[in-house]
Amino acid sequence: MSSFLQAADDELTIFERSRPGRRAFVAPPLEVPERPLDELIPATLRRAQAPRLPEVSEPEIVRHYNRLSKRNFDLDTGFYPLGSCTMKHNPKLHERVAALPGHARLHPLQEVDGAQGALELMWRLSQALGEIAGLPHVSLQPAAGSHGELAGVLVSRAYHEDRGEFARRKVLIPDAAHGTNPATVAMAGCEVVKVGTDASGNVDLDDLRAKASEEVVCLMLTNPSTLGLFEPGIEEIERIVHGVGATLYYDGANLNAIMGISRPGDMGFDIVHFNLHKSFTQPHGGGGPGAGPIAVGEALEPYLPRPQVVRRPAAGGAGNGAAGAAADWFYDLDYERPKSIGRLRGFQGNYGVFVRSYAYIRSLGAAGLREVSEVAVLNANYLLARLRQEGVLELLPTAYERICMHEFVLSGAPMKRELGIRTLDLAKRLLDHGVHPPTVYFPLIVDEALLVEPTETETRETLDRFAEVVAAVLREAREDPEIARSAPHTTPVRRLDEAAAARRPVVRQAI
Amino acid sequence: MSRYTSVTASDLDQMLDAIGVGSVEELFADIPASLRLGRPLAGLGEGLSEQEVYGELRALAQRNVSCEEEISFLGAGMYDHYVPALVEAIISRSEFLTPYTPYQPEISQGGLQSMFEYQTAICELTGLPISNASVYDGPSAVAAAGYVAKHATGRSRFVVSRGVHPHAIETLRTMAHGYGMEVSLAEVLDGATRLPELDDDVAAIVLAQPNFLGAVEELAPLAAAAREAGALTICACDPIPLALLRSPGEDGVDIAVGEGQTLGNRLDFGGPSFGFFAVTEPLVRRLPGRLAGETRDVDGRRGFVLTLQTREQHIRREKATSNICTAQALNALAGVIYLSWLGCRGLVELAELLVQRTAYARSRIGALDGVELLHARPVVREFAVSLDAPVERVLARCRAQGVHPGYPLERTDPSLRGGLLIAITEQRTRAQIDRLVEVLGAAVAAEREGVAA
Repeated sequence: MSSFLQAADDELTIFERSRPGRRAFVAPPLEVPERPLDELIPATLRRAQAPRLPEVSEPEIVRHYNRLSKRNFDLDTGFYPLGSCTMKHNPKLHERVAALPGHARLHPLQEVDGAQGALELMWRLSQALGEIAGLPHVSLQPAAGSHGELAGVLVSRAYHEDRGEFARRKVLIPDAAHGTNPATVAMAGCEVVKVGTDASGNVDLDDLRAKASEEVVCLMLTNPSTLGLFEPGIEEIERIVHGVGATLYYDGANLNAIMGISRPGDMGFDIVHFNLHKSFTQPHGGGGPGAGPIAVGEALEPYLPRPQVVRRPAAGGAGNGAAGAAADWFYDLDYERPKSIGRLRGFQGNYGVFVRSYAYIRSLGAAGLREVSEVAVLNANYLLARLRQEGVLELLPTAYERICMHEFVLSGAPMKRELGIRTLDLAKRLLDHGVHPPTVYFPLIVDEALLVEPTETETRETLDRFAEVVAAVLREAREDPEIARSAPHTTPVRRLDEAAAARRPVVRQAI
Repeated sequence: MSRYTSVTASDLDQMLDAIGVGSVEELFADIPASLRLGRPLAGLGEGLSEQEVYGELRALAQRNVSCEEEISFLGAGMYDHYVPALVEAIISRSEFLTPYTPYQPEISQGGLQSMFEYQTAICELTGLPISNASVYDGPSAVAAAGYVAKHATGRSRFVVSRGVHPHAIETLRTMAHGYGMEVSLAEVLDGATRLPELDDDVAAIVLAQPNFLGAVEELAPLAAAAREAGALTICACDPIPLALLRSPGEDGVDIAVGEGQTLGNRLDFGGPSFGFFAVTEPLVRRLPGRLAGETRDVDGRRGFVLTLQTREQHIRREKATSNICTAQALNALAGVIYLSWLGCRGLVELAELLVQRTAYARSRIGALDGVELLHARPVVREFAVSLDAPVERVLARCRAQGVHPGYPLERTDPSLRGGLLIAITEQRTRAQIDRLVEVLGAAVAAEREGVAA
């Protein structure tokens, strides 16, 4: 972050920069005969006062948002080991191909014969995701991971209801799960039943057995878990869940650990959701856009959202819109899906995200995707080893003493006890070192948790430096814990009063 | 080694040494052998060079007929508005493109402040006091609003105007089945929604402004009827027309949602765009999604944080107001930049230009033989006509001339046989509208005369 901006006064908002009479937009000529507005839209339907948007010139807008941008830390600038979020490099090629007018200016209701390239891309992406999941039927429609979860639970419910099993309303969720899982279950009209975690960090199988029943819709499981651990008992979990006729749902938040190595479908999962903004490089955008496709097997296929992209042999060549294509296949949108749960959003999904993820899969190929997961796991274990070498684990022990997958959880409880600084303080002090902190206070079952996910795109030097920085912060805290407690010191603003913000919410500018 | 990783052979040796294992394979020991794939992923092929991938994605793009290659009057939920260069320049900056949700506000002031600005702009458009920082899109926003209304009223049914976008109705049905609500439809007559008697089981009425046939609705009496019956009013609004129309807030709408694509976002074959979501004061604690709020830092400087997080899934879990986590922050940022570019007067000028060009197109097309207006209500940038000819065949004839005349309404509503929904943006010039008149007129005439295509 540029230091000359740190000393600057509060950044004005775009509304505060407004001055009457300034403008950036110049309307194109009207070109048609002008009629009195009252004739076209009666005054009774019109507003008395136009929306009070800012009045600013183009240079002011550009400077304003450029200045704001410098008050953001970002992945292209530095290490971002935010656990469970898979902050891997976002290749620049993807922005270029997504912006090609044939993709970017394609209307979502274009006739299918004028959208063969887009539909083929979606079909190929579906095939690739199906292969990675080990479940062949994919819906690309959900807009994000939690939207995919909702699709998955609704598909599960529809499957059971179609078999006459209306009593199934419980969904089993490990206590370590993401908050989206229980929130999804409530939105799907079901009831959450928590399953415990055993002393090794695995699903407590006895607890699972006790809670599995014919009232259960599905078990939602993240594997590797949110603790960064692979469930070694997955085969037994599968037997228990399927034994009561429930389905097994794979939360794909942690898919980055196992691509090309092991497939959820082969583990017995019936439904998988992907986070294309995690494993498949869609830039996170400050909180989206993402995409959350789901994959299922034969039994659940009829219930997938509609429309679905399908292909069939081309009859007598391509349609009139497919310029220059010698297509063997014709791609279509299938709406005739009587058992479908229906739509979850408008149109066909976040197509621009599909373009990027498909480009990524083509860049890497099968061997490259496997390497992604191998290096993601290697980097996580190496970082853990380096933290151990630096003595960090004495104050921030791993929650479970095991080989981790692509991420690991540390507990700040001993640090808090011995140094008097909390995980939050450590996180804030890392900001002063130009490092984005790991995810903090999640999973909920680990006291003072830090969830660290380095991803495969970081160099060894970056991991070394992170270990050294954490060690340095701990050494410093032993001398003077107040530095961490009052951190950050070098950011554009310092610690913010979140309680005050919530007590008297100010969520828009007074104009 | 792929181009996105950087573990050399010597790195690998040293890393494995540090970990204390002999191979990468050993790191996966927890995965039972029977569950290992043991073969390369099928059908994914070899990795390609950057230029090969570019070539392939370009070839796919060339097999699409975009709005650059056809004179398109398609709308029906997404519109070919001009996206100014500064929007793409700003949102492609790494600092906006590559961070995640601003969990660490001290290093995320750019994102948080722009969310606050975005929220303010949406409040201005909708006339409501509170806007969240975005949801997925317009149709999913309607379904999310339904979830709010269910909990706010404890009632069991939605009455939805047939004038709401069919994708929104279908999305609401999907979600309502999940969270246990019924959906019934209200008719649209002569372009205006006619509400049935509202019983005390109605949680909300759901309207659209303008509605799916392009017609401007008179919201105030509809919202008043809902209030009278103890129900909320949800309205899916098209943001650019709101420059001229009475705001949903002043008409008594409780939850104004809508599709944000037209605010500086590309068509992208339907996404990503964003949905906006604004509510009245009493509903603030039921709001779904992220919300940026103003506060102070320890030195008294103004700053912004995510606020009222106890509504959200990561805190409240199954009691959350929604399961939404990742939304559409970058698209919403495009929205506020676009609105700043238009500015107070520009937004009105743009909307007035749309009204005038649409009126011109409507009167010329309505005057064609075999074409009638579907309704006479005021419109802003989209209008519906009825063709006395098979609409799909007319469409094919027009497209063969390089003109896409619009959306055939019978695809989603069989009762609107022969209906065509025609959208006008500032990118459709008078010459292009005249071309549509010519091509559409000839196509309808040819169909009525039985001329072979």
